[in-house]
Amino acid sequence: MVDLLDKHRGIAERHKRMMELGVNAVNLVNDRILSPTRGFIQGRETILAGTNNYMGITFDADCIAAGQKAMADFGTGTTGSRIANGSYAMHKELEAELARFLNRKHCIVFTTGYQANLGMLSGLAGPNDTIYLDADSHSSIYDGCTLSGAKLVRFRHNDATDLDKRLSRSEGEGGKLVVVEGIYSMLGDRAPLADFVAVKKKHGFQLLADEAHSFGVLGPHGRGLADEVGLEDDIDFVVGTFSKSVGAIGGFGAGNHPLFETLRYAMRPYMFTASSSPASIATSLAAVKKLAAEPERRARLAANSARLFNGFKALGLELGTDQVSPVVAVKCPDEPTTIMMWNALLQNGVYVNIALPPGTPNKLCLLRCSVSAAHSDAEIDQIIATFGRVVAGRGN
Amino acid sequence: MNAPADIVAQIVTLLQPYNKGGVTLTAETDIPAELNIDSVDIMDFVMEVEDFYDIEIPLNVVSETRTIGDLALVVAKRRKA
Ligand SMILES: Cc1ncc(COP(=O)(O)O)c(C=O)c1O
Repeated sequence: MVDLLDKHRGIAERHKRMMELGVNAVNLVNDRILSPTRGFIQGRETILAGTNNYMGITFDADCIAAGQKAMADFGTGTTGSRIANGSYAMHKELEAELARFLNRKHCIVFTTGYQANLGMLSGLAGPNDTIYLDADSHSSIYDGCTLSGAKLVRFRHNDATDLDKRLSRSEGEGGKLVVVEGIYSMLGDRAPLADFVAVKKKHGFQLLADEAHSFGVLGPHGRGLADEVGLEDDIDFVVGTFSKSVGAIGGFGAGNHPLFETLRYAMRPYMFTASSSPASIATSLAAVKKLAAEPERRARLAANSARLFNGFKALGLELGTDQVSPVVAVKCPDEPTTIMMWNALLQNGVYVNIALPPGTPNKLCLLRCSVSAAHSDAEIDQIIATFGRVVAGRGN
Repeated sequence: MNAPADIVAQIVTLLQPYNKGGVTLTAETDIPAELNIDSVDIMDFVMEVEDFYDIEIPLNVVSETRTIGDLALVVAKRRKA
């Protein structure tokens, strides 16, 4: 008999090596969360600098009250899918609010952002179509592509010339969907949207942007990268998540296409899973309203991001991107050193994400910070000072 | 059909940078099984093959290809098409 788990022995060995170097970096437990920027980890109060909690909205009193009321009024779960018993008035209300926020005609809410990508990609593209995806795309995009059964062609990261070349080689007859992200989650770099739009004008395809890390964060209206660079009309479909700037759980797809609503009956990751719980929908709705009404949160996030970016630059750290971004990734020399540095940061009261190959582009070992609008200047300065003590000058 | 020797030789050259363990590469080499190469490396390597021959090799085709010979046949077929 072949033991099915045999193939994962390599993972077990790598995990063991990591444990030998310190605590388990990929299975860390937050014992208590004190605020959007502080928690209790291993008995120590810790600054949280790797949570994607960009707006710091997770403890907002209005969002919490809305969630509590929804749970009291509608119960703990919907116990059903959106196409059966799981669509409540508040799901429709959230979709309408998001469509308004995004300035799009249609919006569909999913149970997670991961499922939003699975649903949108498999709903849009089928076996006769081709999806062109950026090489550094998030796993949910890769998985959505696989689920679609479409022909998959990968282009070099953020390289519109490379996409142009690959489109010129195309042999397929079917539709073409190009997928990019607003802000890439690992290095924090933005897609060069104008270049991609120029290629779109040349070849003709439909364009989807996953604004997971940029929704609520970038642009004068907080709608994402396309809003920041004024190219929203050229983006056919937007995907996003509630797990970052919205501080809840869930995801969405949006667009203006007249047939958009039919996707509800063509997306298995939408149809065959339970809808988001009332509490999650209600907190998301309250949070999206705040993103619209309180642009100062974005300004605060931008200022904090610049403070961390400039502080790290002054330490001589090598960063994932040259543009100020809420994702600030520090490049480290190798896996054991990165694990040791990560551990030292934690012991000094700073939590960041550790990101290792193959989960990173170009085999990079990264200490990845994400900035929050809720970080105080003092917290940002403490993160910088701690990196100065344990990371700077150690070969990164 | 046998894999064309010139294409096999070219693929071997393109694969060499990913062959960290110094495995002897032949038409029979099973790329994912014998090379200790992760999925991202395989995709990056296939991009190099696509660019060298100026052809499209969709990832779905890659996942059905195991040996260097298999890949050489894909190249031969797509080059003609
Ligand atoms: C680019 C990107 N897309 C999609 C997702 C999935 O979002 P969620 O956490 O809501 O499943 C994430 C984050 O996890 C992401 O970084």
